[in-house]
Amino acid sequence: MSAAPALAVEDLCVEFRTRSGVVKVLDQVGFSIAKGETVALVGESGSGKSVTAFAVMGILDAAGRVTSGTAMFGGSDLLALPERELAELRGRELSMIFQNPRTALNPIRRVGEQIADVLVRHGGATRAKAPALAIEMLKKVRIPDPERRAKAYPFELSGGMCQRVMIAIAIACRPSLLIADEPTTGLDVTTQAVIMDLIAELAREIGTATLFITHDLTLAAEYCDRIIVMHAGHVVESAPSATLFSAARHPYSARLLAATPGESGALASLASIPGSLPDLRRADLPSCRYSERCERRLDACAEPLPRTAVGEAHIVACRNPL
Amino acid sequence: MLGQILSRLATAVPSVIGVVIVTFMLTRLLPGDPAAYFAGLAATPQAIAEIRGKLGLDKSLPEQFIVYVGDLLSGNLGTSLSTGQPVVTEIATRLPASAELTLVALIVSAGIAIPLGVLAAVKQGSWIDHLCRVVTTAGVSLPVFFTGLLFAYVFYYLLQIAPAPTGRLDIFVSPPTHITGFYLIDSALTGNGEAFWGSLRQLALPASAMAIFSLAPLARMTRGSMLSVLGSDFIRTARASGLAPRTVVFTYAFRNAVLPVITTLGMVFSFLLGANVLVETVFAWPGIGLYAVNALITSDYAPVQGFVLTMAVLYITLNLIIDVVYGLVDPRVRLDT
Ligand SMILES: Nc1ncnc2c1ncn2[C@@H]1O[C@H](COP(=O)(O)OP(=O)(O)OP(=O)(O)O)[C@@H](O)[C@H]1O
Ligand SMILES: [Mg+2]
Repeated sequence: MSAAPALAVEDLCVEFRTRSGVVKVLDQVGFSIAKGETVALVGESGSGKSVTAFAVMGILDAAGRVTSGTAMFGGSDLLALPERELAELRGRELSMIFQNPRTALNPIRRVGEQIADVLVRHGGATRAKAPALAIEMLKKVRIPDPERRAKAYPFELSGGMCQRVMIAIAIACRPSLLIADEPTTGLDVTTQAVIMDLIAELAREIGTATLFITHDLTLAAEYCDRIIVMHAGHVVESAPSATLFSAARHPYSARLLAATPGESGALASLASIPGSLPDLRRADLPSCRYSERCERRLDACAEPLPRTAVGEAHIVACRNPL
Repeated sequence: MLGQILSRLATAVPSVIGVVIVTFMLTRLLPGDPAAYFAGLAATPQAIAEIRGKLGLDKSLPEQFIVYVGDLLSGNLGTSLSTGQPVVTEIATRLPASAELTLVALIVSAGIAIPLGVLAAVKQGSWIDHLCRVVTTAGVSLPVFFTGLLFAYVFYYLLQIAPAPTGRLDIFVSPPTHITGFYLIDSALTGNGEAFWGSLRQLALPASAMAIFSLAPLARMTRGSMLSVLGSDFIRTARASGLAPRTVVFTYAFRNAVLPVITTLGMVFSFLLGANVLVETVFAWPGIGLYAVNALITSDYAPVQGFVLTMAVLYITLNLIIDVVYGLVDPRVRLDT
């Protein structure tokens, strides 16, 4: 890892106010991404992956609130920046690709215009020159017949096409950090691979660091240098992809790996993870939020969560690791 | 686009035919015998029969209908028995009065309700949101004729700051040269300041009464629609792209949120067309609503028929305009049809 990471998140805590009380969705989340590195953020549904991304981007819902933490990015703390300055960075220095490309695009605006909006906003082009540049971007994400497609509305394009447009919007200003939140969910398998290859290739070309959010460990291992495992708003393990696959140390990571169909694809070997995520509204949440599902639990697990370095770039938050 | 408008027009044909039949039946089924009414209390049965013959009422219903349709096709809506004027002429001179009143009310109301709803949604929970809530709750509980009467009582009778509720213009002010029939437009076009100011003053109370009535549904729909759009995925994308708040709220959110508002606008407009009848009565407004009410009281068929027909055509035209505007804003509708 190089000296200054592209993004360093520390001690990030996020709460949501809901009708049924305050939900402590993220608790002391910490991770970092080196410049140009591709890192995966994995975990089952509801573990707080998207919320982590939204908090870093400063686009949490009104009900959500960052209660502590820092997110250092290019010398400034994203969580402390005034909204105006953060908005300057969004779309230019850090951008995001969303799940479900069909709803992520404005349904009544031509896709070319949507790309142009971002270029114009960040001084990438004048209003007059932006349409031509938008077509360039469409060409870059390999949309056939870009001149015509620029004039299309999202509903006239396939899901894969929409995701390409989304990618074009995200990389239009050559960001130094790209967050891709389950960019291939909802696309068919062949399109998934094509989209992943496209993101990886473009990220390499412009040298952007990528945070790739997924619950597909196989996909994560294939495209990412490192994998961060989240569970119920905690980062439980962070390791280079190969290390995680060969020697996962956190019981949850191990379960997650066991639940992933391997190369053999034998469904019989598919183990499911016992229990479910704890209710995060509880006042008596244990310090280790996995402990109630964990068969390796010790009495010591009630003490504050440790963060142990167990190998090179390998950190695990467990008192009784494998 | 043009082809779409034409095909949409074609779908309006059955509605028009239906309206023609209904208006015909309606006036024939209304209680009261116009022949007896016009012959007067002291009339002999022969005199009544004579008048009935003159009005064509002694023919069978199908025969009467054929005559009626023939007249309609030649642009003849009959003659009012009480005023002796052709209905077409009277409606043509009275329609601009009603249209001006309704449109001013609608513009005022949309001009307040839409910004109010947008701001309430953008600044959810702020004082403007509370104001919006008050407006939408108060507005629905006030019927138009009540607000109209209250306004006339307070502003004319008590405070004496409004002119007498007697029509479009004070009798001492001469109406502007007829161009469109809309006094505000005509007086502005001819540079007639006195008539402009005078008609504006006369419009103020009835138009406000109607505007207040339509404020509530418009503001509520705008706020609700904006809130749901602001929570959608593509707004998150727009914010994630760092787009300026102005662009996010107007270019991205509002243009999407305005679609159901357009539909509500059409509904409100047709409510207002109906409410006209009451407001015109309260303010002695020489529009088609008052005309219809007077005709109805005297069992005068032709004006009632003409009124219902005019309203129906207005209503159909309005819906057509709404569809076209909707299609202009929403590209998905354009292709679907
Ligand atoms: N607006 C909100 N209000 C209340 N709770 C929320 C809100 N948004 C997210 N949460 C809660 O935060 C937790 C984490 O949600 P998040 O969307 O980050 O999960 P995720 O890991 O991205 O899951 P998925 O794989 O399904 O996308 C969930 O328990 C969810 O209920
Ligand atoms: Mg998610």
